[in-house]
Amino acid sequence: MENQQGDSVGCSEVINSDFQLEFMDEEGVPTNTSCEQIKVESLIEKLFYVFLKKAEIDPEAPVLHRDLHLAYLKHSLCYLPHNFACLDASRAWLCYWITHSMELLDFKLPAEDKSHVAQFLAKCQCPDGGFGGGPGQYGHLAPTYAAVNALCTLGTEEAYKVIDRRKLLQFLWSLRKSNGSFELHVGGEIDVRGVYCAVSVARLTNIYSDALFDNSAEWIISCQTYEGGFSGSPGHEAHGGYAFCALAALCLLSKENLCDIKSLLRWTVNRQMRLEGGFQGRTNKLVDGCYSFWQAGAMPMIQGILSKNDESSVMTEIDSWLFNSRALQEYILIYCQSPNGGLIDKPGKTKDLYHTCYTLSGLSIAQNQPSKTTGSIVGSPRNLLKAVHPTFNIELEKLKSASLYFSQLPSDLL
Amino acid sequence: MEGSSSEEGEDVNWTFYRDREEWADLKPVPQDDGPHPVVAIAYSEKFRDVFDYFRGVLKVHELSERALDLTRDAVELNPGNYTVWQYRRQILKHLDKDLKEEMAFVAEMISAFPKNYQVWHHRQVLVSWLNDASDELQLTAKMLALDAKNYHAWQHRQWAIRTFNLFQNELEFIEKLLNDDIRNNSAWNQRYFVINQTTEFAPEVIEKEIAYVLSKIKIATKNESSWNYLRGIVLHSESGLRKPSVIDFCDELYNSGNRSACLLSYLVDAALEQAEYGVVKENSLLSIDKALELCDNLANEFDVCRRGYWNYISGCLRVHMN
Ligand SMILES: [Zn+2]
Repeated sequence: MENQQGDSVGCSEVINSDFQLEFMDEEGVPTNTSCEQIKVESLIEKLFYVFLKKAEIDPEAPVLHRDLHLAYLKHSLCYLPHNFACLDASRAWLCYWITHSMELLDFKLPAEDKSHVAQFLAKCQCPDGGFGGGPGQYGHLAPTYAAVNALCTLGTEEAYKVIDRRKLLQFLWSLRKSNGSFELHVGGEIDVRGVYCAVSVARLTNIYSDALFDNSAEWIISCQTYEGGFSGSPGHEAHGGYAFCALAALCLLSKENLCDIKSLLRWTVNRQMRLEGGFQGRTNKLVDGCYSFWQAGAMPMIQGILSKNDESSVMTEIDSWLFNSRALQEYILIYCQSPNGGLIDKPGKTKDLYHTCYTLSGLSIAQNQPSKTTGSIVGSPRNLLKAVHPTFNIELEKLKSASLYFSQLPSDLL
Repeated sequence: MEGSSSEEGEDVNWTFYRDREEWADLKPVPQDDGPHPVVAIAYSEKFRDVFDYFRGVLKVHELSERALDLTRDAVELNPGNYTVWQYRRQILKHLDKDLKEEMAFVAEMISAFPKNYQVWHHRQVLVSWLNDASDELQLTAKMLALDAKNYHAWQHRQWAIRTFNLFQNELEFIEKLLNDDIRNNSAWNQRYFVINQTTEFAPEVIEKEIAYVLSKIKIATKNESSWNYLRGIVLHSESGLRKPSVIDFCDELYNSGNRSACLLSYLVDAALEQAEYGVVKENSLLSIDKALELCDNLANEFDVCRRGYWNYISGCLRVHMN
């Protein structure tokens, strides 16, 4: 097989030889899209030369600033300034973004802190089941997903026991629509995040039933667009976040064969930016660090599906990701690390916990290739993060323990 | 942080709810974070006060005018609080409020927070209740003028168009956006949506759309949005990607020296399709050998970033060589 060359060429190697080649070609038709794109590319170019200088002195560059990121995460876990009030309905998410990032960085959260996080999430659980964004808020599927993922990441029995599975199941039933879609909360909007969050927590906590997700796969398929990606609901534009939710949900429903996998593959690999190395969320949009996970995280699932249906074993023989893993790692390590810890969307943006979580998750995907050949990790070998399960975005060992725990509990609760 | 309006020291004229006589009868409910709060936000005094009273109202399930005013203060402090929005809708229903005023309010909120899920959802619920979408095209057009790719605005627009059958002038609207920015993928997607929902893909529609998109590809041959649209359209034709008029167009473009990755990629996929489904029109541009050469060119010159992918596609092509 000719595609067994190990690593593909990193974009910086390309940049190094001929930067101009990978620049956006406006073809004499400047538009808003091309102008915005060129601004980002110029910034990347400038920062690249700064990096080259650094790399001359430090052979291990680019280095992941573990300690700085951990300091930022630890601090955020106890205290957030008043301008975080706009995330007051996303505190369960904050818990997940922080604990999951810490886990990827292989930081062992002290038992006392784990207990505090579990107790706080218990306060976010609603009398009617599911979790709200904070204490006293209505149940909502997104913070429910975040809380369950955070509790599984904590990995203690105290954390697992927080989840009231019977009520969670009732909560999920209360949000199900007859066409198989889910609203995010009672009276809330409907999109593909709903069904993903629902099936993810149902599978994790072992309360899944076919009846609860009757028609769901068919509804998700109606969100696959002519571009190959998935939209939030039928008719809209293909988008990385929704495409991830749709694909992961199909896998969790064991209905992945319903989707047009080749067009999804084509759409996904084409979201990687030729100069920046990171991913965009939609065609002709700008690179953004969080899509390092939403897009690259889809690739293990896509390649898994392709190898399963592979009569000719073209895919089975491939042992690396079909996106450019080195280029993605370079984008994250060189351009997305904030100097004082935390990670960002793109140069010029400020750090936040969401982007810290999803750039690190994407970095973990990029580093942990199907077969770990030498050279699959960009920069220092100490940059290596723990591996995640792409469908749930939970660290592998933590997922194993949680699955084992919940598999021993009864699944027919109603 | 986007949407923060709780700067300390702001609002000199603000009276805390705890100091308002008309609220003296209601018991505020502090947030219960438990004994060991984590991700604790240093709320401003105003934020804490408003939400203490909101929790108080929620607890006794008060559906009143003053509670309605309170929810307004609360969503202005945090437009992402879906609980407040949901409760506000309950009050609006209960009091049978004039929704025109509410429509004006949510339009203001949309302008201030155009990327917030809750404000757009609130708008959608109101339009449904009123059964009147006469302002929606204008509102979304205004928001798209500020950000032509705002996903929420497009979602709302599509919902209104589909629900209230407002397709009439949509193609013109899209045409204008594409003239402004031929790379606006959201506008291309909207075009597909309109065709799909109105004329569908009858043979003459396919021909018309192909002619349209090819004229746009000529202008910018490296624009992935128009190529993707072309792929979307030809898949409704019997000959798929191998549609002769399209292959002729590609042939001409290729022979003129154009090496857009989109063009080469289209030809590779057409060749793969031909190998899988048989010949529509014999064309050397669609032979396996040519496609392998194109994959090679893509992997090593025109789309180096995706080398791994092109090597995989080469493998798929080779399967058909025997
Ligand atoms: Zn982002």
